[in-house]
Parts: sequence; C-alpha cells; structure tokens
Amino acid sequence: MDHSGLLGRIFRGVALTLVLVFFMFPIVWILMMSFQTNEQILRIPPRLLFEPTLANYEALISGQLRTAAGNLEISFMRNLFNSFVLSSAAVVLALLLGVPAAYAFARFKFRLGETIAFTLLSFRFAPPLLVLLPLSLYYQQLGLNDTYFGIVWVYQLIALPLILWIVRGYFEDISPDIEHAYRLAGHSWREAFTRIAVPLAGPGIAAAALLSFIFCWNNFVFALILASADKQPVTVGALAFVTASGIQYGQIAAAIVLSVLPTLLLALYAQRYLVEGLSLGAVKG
Amino acid sequence: MGMLELRNVDKVYGSRGKPPVHAVRALDMDVPSGEIVALLGSSGCGKTSTLRMIAGFEEVTSGSIALGRRQIHRLPPAQRKVAMAFEGYSLYPPLTVRENIAFALKAQQLPRSEVTRRVDAIARLVEIDDILDSYPRAISGGQQQRVSLARALVRDADLYLLDEPMGQLEPQLRAVLRGRIKGLLAERGMTAIFVTHDQAEASALADRIAVMEDGILQQFASEKDLKNHPANLFVASFIGEPPMNLLQAEVARNDGGFGLSVGPDLVFQIRGDTLDKAAQKELEGSARLTVGIRPQKVAVGSGDVRLRVVSNQWLGDQSHIAGECAGKLLIAVTPQRIAARPDDVVPFAMESRHLHIFAGDGTCIHHAEAA
Repeated sequence: MDHSGLLGRIFRGVALTLVLVFFMFPIVWILMMSFQTNEQILRIPPRLLFEPTLANYEALISGQLRTAAGNLEISFMRNLFNSFVLSSAAVVLALLLGVPAAYAFARFKFRLGETIAFTLLSFRFAPPLLVLLPLSLYYQQLGLNDTYFGIVWVYQLIALPLILWIVRGYFEDISPDIEHAYRLAGHSWREAFTRIAVPLAGPGIAAAALLSFIFCWNNFVFALILASADKQPVTVGALAFVTASGIQYGQIAAAIVLSVLPTLLLALYAQRYLVEGLSLGAVKG
Repeated sequence: MGMLELRNVDKVYGSRGKPPVHAVRALDMDVPSGEIVALLGSSGCGKTSTLRMIAGFEEVTSGSIALGRRQIHRLPPAQRKVAMAFEGYSLYPPLTVRENIAFALKAQQLPRSEVTRRVDAIARLVEIDDILDSYPRAISGGQQQRVSLARALVRDADLYLLDEPMGQLEPQLRAVLRGRIKGLLAERGMTAIFVTHDQAEASALADRIAVMEDGILQQFASEKDLKNHPANLFVASFIGEPPMNLLQAEVARNDGGFGLSVGPDLVFQIRGDTLDKAAQKELEGSARLTVGIRPQKVAVGSGDVRLRVVSNQWLGDQSHIAGECAGKLLIAVTPQRIAARPDDVVPFAMESRHLHIFAGDGTCIHHAEAA
C-alpha cells in the first residue's frame, strides 16, 4: 500500500486523531473532573482551563467527604481494598479450579463432558438478578451473607466459566504429543501437566485471568445485595457519593480514576501476554 | 533390550452417538530383540493406533503387550522404557534443539558431559549439529523432524517407535539417513518399529514388514517374502510398484490339470502336480477365482496374445505399458524401450509359472515360482 501522498497522510492523521478523541475523551474528561471542585465542574459553560485541586483525592484517601450539609464519613479506601481482595481471591480460586478442569475438558472425552462444560458457560448468560434473590435467601440461611468467603464464592460464577473456556482452547491448541514425549522420557502425567501444558498455555491463562479479574472488579449487583458496608467493593461504594446535599462529581471522578488504576496497571503489565495470548494460541510444528 | 510380544490386541474407539470404530483387531506380533520392523499400510489401517498402544497413549481394549518379559500394557508411558519419535515432531517450543534432545537424558540424571557427548553424536548422525542452539520455531519442518528423531534415538530404551520418521525429508537426505539409522540400530542392537506408508522406506530400513489393513495384520514377513509369497489379495495388490495385475479367471478341469481362462485367447494351463493338495481341492471346488501376475512378468514384444496399448511410458530405465486384452487392463514393465503408441497392437506373453492364484476369500493358495 502506498500512503506517501501528502493528502493521504493528512487524512490519516485526521482520522487517527478523531478515533483517539472519540475513545479517550471520556477518560480525559473524568481525569480533569477529578482535579476540580464541584462548583468548577457544574459551571456553565464548562472551561478547559482551571486551577487544579487535590481536594477530591484528599477526601477519598482521608475518608472525610465535605459536603454543603457537613462532613460525611466514607470508606472509599476500604472499598478499594475490598475490591482488590475479592477479585484476586476469586481469580486465584478460579484458576486453581478452572485450569485443571480446562485441561480435562481439552484432553479427555468423558460422559457428560460437553454438558458440564456448557452448563458452566451458561452461568455467563443467565442474568445475575435471576439467581440473586434465591441466592441471598440461601446465604442468609447458611450464614454466608456478608462474608468475604461468600462473595468470593459468587464471584466464581463470573471468573470460572471465562477461565475454563478460554484456557480450554489453549490446551486444545497444544499438541498432546508434546506431553506424550515428555511422559515417555520418564515423567508422570502430573509433571507433564505442570511442566509442559501449563507453561505452554501460559499466555492464554494470563489473558483469561486478567479478563476475569476485570469482570469481577466491575461486578456491582452481587456485592450490592450480598455484602454490607465493610465488605463492599468500589462499585457499590461509589453510591456513597450520591449524598443528601447533591452528587459529589469531583469525588466520583477521583474515585473512578483510583478504581480504574489497578486494572489499568495490571493490563499494561500483562499486555505482552495478552496480545500474545489472544493472537498466538497455537503451537504449530 | 527385549522382545516385543503383542497378544490378541484389540482397539475399539467408542464415541457417543456413533458406531464404535474397530481400529485394531486381534493383533498378534512377535518382534525379537534387535529386529527392525516396519508397519506398512494405508492411512487409517491401524498402524499408528498400534504404535500408540505400545507407547501407552492409547489403552488396549483387550489383549496384552509384553516387552522383554514385562507386561507393559497397564503401565504408564514413563515406565515402559520406550522411546518414540512423533509424526508431528512435538518439540517443546521453549527449549533449544539441544535441550529438546537432552531432556530425557537429564530426567535419567546422566552426568552433564555424557549428555553433551551423546547429544553431539546423534546430532551429527542426523545432520543437525549446526542448529543445536536454535529454537524449534526457527528451523524448517525437515529439521524439526530430524530433531524429533534424534530425541528418540538418543535415549536408552528397550524399544524405539518411529512414526513416519522421514516423511518430511528431501529424497537425498532420506536415503543417507536411512543408511545411517539402520547402521546405528544394528550396531547397538536396538529393537525398533516404525510406521510408514512408503514401501521403499520399509524395504530399505526394516528386517521385516508388517502389512496392515482395516485393523488386521495381513502379513508379517520380509520384503522378499511379501513380494514372492503374498498371503492374500490385499498384500499382493499393495506390495510392488506398479501393483500386481489381478484378473478374474474361469476354472476348467482338463487332462493335464486345470485351465484358467481369463479371456478367449488367454488361457493358462496349470499342471496338477505343481499344486499342493489344498490348492487342488480349492480349484476343483470353484468355478471362478482370481489370478495375479507381476507386471515385470508380462513379456511384451513376443508371444501369441495381442495387447492393445492404452499408454506407454519410458521412465528412463524401464517402460510401463498399460494395455487392454480381452476387456481387461494389464500393466507390463520391461527394461527395454518399446516403440508403441496408444491403439497399437503388440504381442505379449504370460507364463503359467508366474501366476499367483487366490481363492474366493482372497487367500493366496498358490504362489508363482520365485524369481
């Protein structure tokens, strides 16, 4: 292709800028809002130039929300911590359960195998609200309401199917003969799994883990119903910014920036694996 | 080292909603220590299933496998003392060629200098010593195949299984490696089974060839025996290039023995005393049966039967002539160059002593005189 024409280059630059603005604008706008006070944000017309303030971040980190009606205690940092604990625990657990299961589904044909795999996947297309009511009743009976364990268990419904189905594809792409060769060389079945299959599916496992972490992190409705204040993740905690004296836009923006940060950093770190994992699954001869 | 015994081995693949596939049927095979055996057959004949059952990646449905007096068919692959080169190479991508070849030796905890020495030696043998530090991704298919072969041959095992070990190699290299690998196997007294669909490779490398079809072992014999004494129609038509001419013949009893008439001008007279009892009985009992003759035994240029030429190819050292006679297509191979064009009529002759005779069930009841 020849892009050397001046017109072509200009057009390409314009098109790229448009796409960039389209995708980046909300993020940039939120970032700007997070450095403004509520009054500055609500000014009409909005201004691009303003005096930045760190008051929003200060309020979030110190846990003191100053509103027109007075000081309000918020536990944003606690929420952030909860989000982190809940999502990582759910992903770790889902990896421990899902990776061996994915391997089993990929390598062995057994009775009801496809049915089980599909049932697990179907958790992803059932609306959460459908299961939520019965689930909260069960949880109250079992005493799992408002426990980390209980919420992590529900988060499995989000993480496990994703991991299972993505990782299964990677295992299927690895020639079983590589493991066979390793086993013939004097290694057990278990060693072939941990030393050959898992490392080879590594990029896929990383991609699946990251994706399911993001899904868990973004979950709202399970935590809203099943967790009380001190166990709530950021998604639910953000409701606290809708106060009696109005919506605290500045703090919400700052909260969004802070809550996006961990997943963003994780994604940037894992990007290498992600690209490799999503584009280059196969180990071809 | 040990001898391999397969006893009544069956393999049935069952899958839900489909009829089960009987891949290997009642397979009996004895491979003495130090013998090189080729499993030859078309694809889907059960040869790879057999290999995988010996290696332990497929369970036997019934029957038993013993290697050096140990029953191995219930053991995990790691304990069978079997080395295998896979058709798909199956090299471990994160390891270099050297590490790939060495990993079985490392698992045996051999000293480092010994590992290096053995890897270097086998790498020279299969001519990959210049790529030992490359990764599998960076080398060609033919090179990967040789690495896979080296990884199997470098080990100390009771049995070496090679699945299409040279399919990807260039003809010249293939010829060289065949010789070297045969030398290595013989020198170290290694027992080996390799799967191939290339008759030339089977003949060059193997002491004996097991011909399989439809999961059944058709014949297990030397290349010469397969050619001269095919057990049945399948082996007769499968072994040899071009394949044996097979013709339907009417049987008629006469004074000297039997007349086998393929067409009006084409009658073979078989003397009764050249046949054994069973063959005589079979001939007496049948009205029609199949006779076979190798294309090399069809003499073109003289004789009293006429052949209408369909095609004539000179291959540089022999002519392949296909022709029609009494409505039957015949192939003839002669070392002379024959000047005949399609639709020309040439004389040819076939002698009764070169006939193989097959009973109705395909079994060969009478073999041609050995060349």
